[in-house]
Amino acid sequence: MNLRSREPLIFKRSVEGKIGMDLPQLDVPPAEDTRPLHLKRKDFGVLPSCSEPEIIRHFTRLSLWNYGMDQGMYPLGSCTMKHNPRLNEVTSALPGFSESHPMASDEHLQGNLELIFTLQEWLKEVTGLHAVTLQPSAGAAGELTGVLLIRAYHLAHGHHKKFILVPDSAHGTNPATAAMAGYDVIDVASGPDGCVSFEDITDSVTGKVKRGFNSVIQEHGADIAGLMITNPNTLGIFESRIGDICSEIHRVGGLVYMDGANMNALVGVARPGDFGIDVMHMNLHKTMSTPHGGGGPGAGPVACVAALEPFLPRPVVVRDTQKIGEGEVPEHRYRWDWNRPQSIGKVHTFFGNYGMLVRALTYCMSHGSDGLREATLRAIVNANYVRSQLVGVYHLPVTSPTMHEVVFNDAIQAKNGVHTLDIAKRLIDYGFHPPTVYFPMVVSGALMIEPTETESKEELDAFIHAMKSIAQEASESPDLVHQAPVTAPLRRLDETTAARKPVLRWLPNSVT
Amino acid sequence: MSYPPNLKYTKDHEWIQMDDAQSLIGITQYAQEALGDVVFVDLPEVGSTFKSGGVFGTVESVKTVSDLFSPIDLEVTEVNAELKDHPEWVNEDPYGKAWMIKVKPLSSGTDLMSAAEYEKLIASESH
Repeated sequence: MNLRSREPLIFKRSVEGKIGMDLPQLDVPPAEDTRPLHLKRKDFGVLPSCSEPEIIRHFTRLSLWNYGMDQGMYPLGSCTMKHNPRLNEVTSALPGFSESHPMASDEHLQGNLELIFTLQEWLKEVTGLHAVTLQPSAGAAGELTGVLLIRAYHLAHGHHKKFILVPDSAHGTNPATAAMAGYDVIDVASGPDGCVSFEDITDSVTGKVKRGFNSVIQEHGADIAGLMITNPNTLGIFESRIGDICSEIHRVGGLVYMDGANMNALVGVARPGDFGIDVMHMNLHKTMSTPHGGGGPGAGPVACVAALEPFLPRPVVVRDTQKIGEGEVPEHRYRWDWNRPQSIGKVHTFFGNYGMLVRALTYCMSHGSDGLREATLRAIVNANYVRSQLVGVYHLPVTSPTMHEVVFNDAIQAKNGVHTLDIAKRLIDYGFHPPTVYFPMVVSGALMIEPTETESKEELDAFIHAMKSIAQEASESPDLVHQAPVTAPLRRLDETTAARKPVLRWLPNSVT
Repeated sequence: MSYPPNLKYTKDHEWIQMDDAQSLIGITQYAQEALGDVVFVDLPEVGSTFKSGGVFGTVESVKTVSDLFSPIDLEVTEVNAELKDHPEWVNEDPYGKAWMIKVKPLSSGTDLMSAAEYEKLIASESH
């Protein structure tokens, strides 16, 4: 077996006594171990013993199995896998940012605080909202922060409300967030256009009725704390009645949370604050080009209206402006303000994932407001180009206008026994990362494609060609598609066993 | 026999074996096939009550998560704790080992479907 395709676990490379690090002899008396007994680890487990080159080769080989943005198109719908500009890496590595200490005094952190303040100003402009916190470290953390703001607001006004409405096309994190914040979730049906339905929807086959927006508002009215909505929604469709939805929620005393996961379809074109949103998060690792997952931690800033500002996580950066004299440039001083008695408290240690904030501001400032708008428009054009080339080859279950992503399904290929999972696996053989599959759940067998503005027409054409070839294979030689992937280091993985009997930790007596 | 005649069925693909003292509830052959390999079943606490149509749990497969709906008004008297370690039973034996909850019926379930009616429904659904 080729070394490059069968890398054993690092534990299997281990040989007792090998060491990758040369520690000096202890030349002082050993310190007394004063750790309280109950804090000491009883089972220390096993650490592998390898040399430095062995460790480097192990992880380098594993990294060659990986697939990332730097290798090719990564059309993972809803995730917005866009290029991470290298300029972001230059600025975030500047020693003034990378080596400053979060516990240094405000006086020594003026530049760092100014960066936080400035990024907040950008995000306020982009969202059309009044105030921003940069603390939350991911989209879901932002959601929870936002809904806790809604809760704190209602409680401060003496309102004990029970429900959060969530459209059935929402990200799974939305109902989870509402439940975490102590609310009961009410599902709202979407209509055949993929948007929130005002009327109840009756399934033509089963006769089952799903509640629409109007009847939920009528029944629960003043008990509704708010609505969580993703716009554009998970079908990549702009909720065309978002203004009506917000004013109805406001009429019954609720607040509207927007999941800003798809904000990259709006930046520079439409502002949530202008269409009635009260609070929202943005994913800097989507919209603002900071790395995803293994490439770096996330960041999920939250923006809100003035009425929610007193509840924001503390501390908050404030700017004091000193007038020096007539005609002179005013001098700004930045400081942390802890005096926020109504704050929901901290949601992250220190000040959020700071390195991501540097990257996001770099992205904003290097693009400028016109560049941010241009990126949005190109993302929408790219998704529509993919749609126009693949519609008919793959079934398009909802035909409303596409924003930044397009959702097909496997209805045409399923006639030959080829399903979404097979199509996704076959794309690996063509050198592409598969799109998001089986989500959103309102579409059976969904294939959710988000090309982002990153891709050129040439890259898009290569992807479209691969998708068309797979469709042809599905009708002519379905077995070929069933066997995919055939060129990857590992073939089709047993996802069922992995989910039913997950092995999360290697132990000395493990089989593999 | 995919749809035993002694059971009643819902539009959401649950079955119920009606009995005044204690009824059994699970999901149908059609449901387990549509879900694919089931990897997790989340069931309610004993003693909880649900209205007809209320969500009493969830079933998770490799590709999706689905709510479980109460066929009738009910109170849960027992849950099949073994499904935690054996979610594959839902695929292998949906009417037997993979019963999900035992309940005390609090409504009659007159609107439920017979096996024949249910078979007709899924025949039209798969077209």
